[in-house]
Amino acid sequence: MPFYTHRLSNGLQIIGETLPTSRSVAVGFFVKTGSRDETAEEAGVSHFLEHMMFKGTPRRTALDVNLDFDRIGANYNAYTSEENTVYYAAVLPEYLPNAVDILADILRPSLRGEDFDTEKQVILEEIKMYEDNPGSTAWDHARRIYFDKHPLGNTILGSMESVAALSRDQMQTYFDRRYAAPNILVAVAGNFQWDELIRLLSAQCDSWPNACTERIRAGETRGVGGIHAIAKDGIAQENILVLCPGPPAESMFRYTAATLAIAVGDDSGSRLYWELVDPGRVESASCGTDTGEGCGLTVTSYTCDPSLAAENLARVQKILEDVQQNGITTQELEQAKNKIASRVVRASERPMGRMRAIAGSWLYLNEYADVDTELARFDAVDAHSIRAYLDRYPINHTTIVGYGPLGQL
Amino acid sequence: MSDPSQFTYTLPNGLTILAEQMDHVRSATMYLLLPAGFTVDPADRLGTASLLCEMLIRGAGSRNSQQLALDLDNLGADRNEAVGPFNIVLSAGTLGRNLPKVLDIYEDIVRRPHLPAEELESCQELMLQDILGLEDSPQEKVILDLKRRYYPAPLNRDKYGTAEGVQAVTPESLTAFYHRQFRPQGAILSVAGNIDWPQLKEQAERLFGDWSGEPVAPATPAAHIPTSGHIAKDTQQTQIALAFPSAAFTDADYYAARGAVGVLSGGMSARLFTEVREKRGLCYTVYATHDTVKDRGTILCYAGTRAEKAQQTLDVTVAELRRLREGITMEEVDRVRAGLKSSLVMQQESTAARASSLASDWYYLKRIRSFDEINTAINTLSPAAILGYLDRFPVHDLTVVTLGPEPLTLP
Repeated sequence: MPFYTHRLSNGLQIIGETLPTSRSVAVGFFVKTGSRDETAEEAGVSHFLEHMMFKGTPRRTALDVNLDFDRIGANYNAYTSEENTVYYAAVLPEYLPNAVDILADILRPSLRGEDFDTEKQVILEEIKMYEDNPGSTAWDHARRIYFDKHPLGNTILGSMESVAALSRDQMQTYFDRRYAAPNILVAVAGNFQWDELIRLLSAQCDSWPNACTERIRAGETRGVGGIHAIAKDGIAQENILVLCPGPPAESMFRYTAATLAIAVGDDSGSRLYWELVDPGRVESASCGTDTGEGCGLTVTSYTCDPSLAAENLARVQKILEDVQQNGITTQELEQAKNKIASRVVRASERPMGRMRAIAGSWLYLNEYADVDTELARFDAVDAHSIRAYLDRYPINHTTIVGYGPLGQL
Repeated sequence: MSDPSQFTYTLPNGLTILAEQMDHVRSATMYLLLPAGFTVDPADRLGTASLLCEMLIRGAGSRNSQQLALDLDNLGADRNEAVGPFNIVLSAGTLGRNLPKVLDIYEDIVRRPHLPAEELESCQELMLQDILGLEDSPQEKVILDLKRRYYPAPLNRDKYGTAEGVQAVTPESLTAFYHRQFRPQGAILSVAGNIDWPQLKEQAERLFGDWSGEPVAPATPAAHIPTSGHIAKDTQQTQIALAFPSAAFTDADYYAARGAVGVLSGGMSARLFTEVREKRGLCYTVYATHDTVKDRGTILCYAGTRAEKAQQTLDVTVAELRRLREGITMEEVDRVRAGLKSSLVMQQESTAARASSLASDWYYLKRIRSFDEINTAINTLSPAAILGYLDRFPVHDLTVVTLGPEPLTLP
């Protein structure tokens, strides 16, 4: 598939993959900033700012932003992670100029005080919504404990207190620090003309400032270890997360890590499935890797009746111990690779899937990998690379966090 | 307006095969609908359909549970088993070249499942944990309770059943349910993606041609008057869910109903999001959606907010619903049309979306809507059409269910 790159004089990077048979085109502005880039006083500002970006510019009111997206039938939204804030839209090809115009415009927001006050209420509601959802809250606790002082442990939403105390000026300062051109990547995939895209983006983004404060580097961590039970009244089920070190996003080990996670904890035919789900010992169980810049982790988790939590934990520990000592079988490896191949192909059939994939490769590796390259890398995972991976990132080096009715595990 | 990429064929035994050939993709997705949804659960064994669904994949034909999972995984089949009101829905997405082999395995699952008696207890445990999990999912719980109060029996049931019902299922009752409900008459196989229709048709005839069985009567809804209610729970947010009658999928006013929902909740500029969240900051989530169950359509609304703002949120939401009849602008309808058209086109990029759409078209309409037909319907949406629909289905008789610390008052 044709792939293109361009860099504006202020450092803004643009990448694109064209696929003329697509019915649509997806465009995303990836800002390399998130909760890990916040000071304690700013906790939650990245995500709050993401909301405020839709609240208008010198050219558009908040309502105008929504109206303009809806007029072109855009499928649009934004999300904030620990280290990226992403604004995206998928549209029919004829509306790409409009989508680029709106997205580039909202990336230079007015941050009006009145909008700030109203939107703060929405953020506080979002925090309360999470508090009623023990599954999500458990993840926040687990990351906070595992990462300890590492910035990847910062929660995305912040707390009721930190968000309530945030001022508009603090947000502006954060914006100026993080939203400069060199810290932004625009990725486009689907049915579009590259030259026209560059013309549109140059016209709108050339004037963006190029001075950027670098992210504070943080290396790998292997977690604090131990067993941590957080008791909470009013919850029916126990949520258990077993966290282990994993590869950073820029490591080629991530293909091995993803393959191993499928074999250990995919929702069908995996070790966890046969040990916990098939016999009805849990409501659900899974294993996945979460890769960040410079540091990653592997999380094995399950949710179950509290009376079964300890017994299930012993079973999980036994699985992880066995995998650490013996790896996985040839049959499990082939099974995982076959599943991944099918998923990679199917995800690539939508421009949004390709837009995310090419942005991920470019953000962390500064490289382009087409679908067949991705497939070949997964196909190359073998017993040898799994052994090397486990030696480097032991899956039995655990930090265990429980959230639910139980006061101890 | 028939579309040359779409195909339909009904076998003499009643099983219907639907397909859409999508030449620009490598994958294919298959949906199988079997007339065994939760509305036909035995009344004293609610949850039977979900148990059957879980048991179906635990061995079939020559494969035991492990071999079945392994073979499907090796074919790259990302599969799902779900229970709806009327059907058990088995689906699998994979590479187009693997689909024939996946279909061979699904024929075993449908026609020769082992339903191993010794595994029933595990499946029951799994379902009891699912029921327990609902207590930690207030959003899902409030919607289920709304449907329980709003719809007539047995349409008001859900896939979870009840703890008592699940525990009352025996290997014999489960097998009897399977034999009663798994029939070719009314079953649908739909496939979309990189497929070859003549081959698919030939394979389906070979696999299912000798499947037999008499049709079974679907459940008939009883007379019913919906009631509002409150679930007291010490949560951070109050959950608000409400329902009122709308046009069904089969109704000539269906698109006008979708238009009304679009004006309320089609995008971030739509009325509910603008009035409840953007202007007043009352909540994070607020939406309206259209639900078709059998011959009836319903508009469902949801909002979640802190207790002290809950009454105002309900008031503003209901005011917006009632304000619809006072007028709708062409500008608003244009935005709704743009959104619907965009979804219609983007659906062409997803084999799962197309396979699912083919199946539900056939289930409700006994035909497939072509791209052009839907496109024309979207183009003819107008404020007058939506207001005409609102004359037939005015916003009243709201059923409201709340979950949280305090009950609310319907304005």
